[in-house]
Amino acid sequence: MDKHVLLVEDEPNIAEAMRFILTRDGWRVSTHGDGTDAAAVIRAAAPDVVVLDVMLPGRSGFEILQELRAGEATRDLPVLMLTAKGQARDREMAERAGASRFLTKPFANTEIVAALRDLVGR
Amino acid sequence: MARSALTGSRIRERRTLGGVKQADLARAVGVSASYLNLIEHNRRRIGDALLKRIAAALGVEAAVLTEGAEAALVDALRDAAAVVEGEPAGEPPELARIEEFVGRFPGWAGLLARRHGRVALLERTVEALSDRMAHDPALSAVLHEVLSALTGVRSAAAILADTEDLEPEWRTRFQANLGADADRLAAGAGALVRYLDGPVGTETALASPSEEVERWLALRGGHLPEVEEGGAAAAAHLAAAEFASPIARQIAGGWFARYAADAARLPLAPFRAALAKAAGDPAVVAARFGVDLAAVLRRMASLPAVEGLGLVICDGAGAITFRRPAEGFALPRFGAGCALWPLYQALARPLVPLRAVVEMAGRSPRRFLTYAVCQPLHPAGFDAPQVLEATMLILPAPLEGDAAPVGPTCRLCPRDGCLARREPSILAEAF
Repeated sequence: MDKHVLLVEDEPNIAEAMRFILTRDGWRVSTHGDGTDAAAVIRAAAPDVVVLDVMLPGRSGFEILQELRAGEATRDLPVLMLTAKGQARDREMAERAGASRFLTKPFANTEIVAALRDLVGR
Repeated sequence: MARSALTGSRIRERRTLGGVKQADLARAVGVSASYLNLIEHNRRRIGDALLKRIAAALGVEAAVLTEGAEAALVDALRDAAAVVEGEPAGEPPELARIEEFVGRFPGWAGLLARRHGRVALLERTVEALSDRMAHDPALSAVLHEVLSALTGVRSAAAILADTEDLEPEWRTRFQANLGADADRLAAGAGALVRYLDGPVGTETALASPSEEVERWLALRGGHLPEVEEGGAAAAAHLAAAEFASPIARQIAGGWFARYAADAARLPLAPFRAALAKAAGDPAVVAARFGVDLAAVLRRMASLPAVEGLGLVICDGAGAITFRRPAEGFALPRFGAGCALWPLYQALARPLVPLRAVVEMAGRSPRRFLTYAVCQPLHPAGFDAPQVLEATMLILPAPLEGDAAPVGPTCRLCPRDGCLARREPSILAEAF
């Protein structure tokens, strides 16, 4: 059965490229581009894994992740965090918020595929 | 006081250098060894007569024993000691013996004082730079933009390069994305270079709401045809349509409304004609229309197709509330500008119109003709606070005749020995 990945990313070109390569890799892909309601969308979609950008309109990825970790159903959901600055501070905050893994922009397509496979044990 | 306190140390130093025993010197000048000992340890003041005898016995000029260690050096060391006080580590400096230290080791004391001055300068430089890097939303936004664009470019390029059986529609799609992201990347990189290179503030990418509005206006050349035609209603509509954030909307709304009011009092065609007839003299035009000078200066900055013209407005505290940089007239991004700007001179002399040719410091000096005036904003009666606003129009001027030297702002100004300097430059001395 195809694994379901939900991309929470506001940059349409990045989301489209990720959707393309992940679909080719055999994933079922859905996308969401706004931070405000992202946690609710994630809960409703119940994906196998989430790719979460840090810089989102409306609400930061850290806050969304904190809410996910506080909720019963999403406590152990694998979350791959995307940080744009690549700074130690962002990495630290991602770890504290409970990110399963994180990638620093600009990442390679192969990196994201490998990271996601790893997270769901494919 | 420092002099007399140090004399004893110097006598002791000279005597030791000459290999003379304290008892022998005491005998030679006719005092007891214990009394000389007290003098040498700066515990007794020494009279002129005895000083002369001691100087003669040691074979030196009396002045050598009394002069030397400058009070400035002592002050510098006291300052260094005061800074150290706040730090936890180490033995406290022997403040009580500071003059003895200066007297006996003038070289070391001088070195310590110079190092102390250097450390203070470097600390301020680091503070200014880290402030700029860490708290500058503009830099952080530009970096985010660059990295996002780069991620898009990298992903699309890899898809185009590595996917063997890529369908034509996907190929077209990703080629288009690649092109768009490459443009974004170029724009972002350009903004970054402008930010890091040379005096900042002339033009930046993504920034604070007021900068966003100023940049938008600069791109439009300061002229708003919609507001010229539609007045106040069009001004409100334009602010809401062009700016997303509430703060930017509010700032833009305020400026556009003012624009509409200026345009109503100084209609475009008659204003241009009057300005041409007055050979560009704002005062003549102001008299002709019966309006205040600042309105004429703002209106001159709103004329269509005028190149290289700048406008700066500050409030009574000197804080810049509006900036439109003229090419080559660098306006600081944060804080106040150069105290020598006619803008601030006008602030000190409300209602007096000032005209001045200034030369902006920089790699290639540029000259500008400036018109400045300071006016009360809200004439609200005798008991209300006076709210002042100064306005300065900046026009390019040829490199001839006299010009008053000015800079962008102290931190970015290379001018040496400027009387108006309030803080060191981060440009020249430190790097």
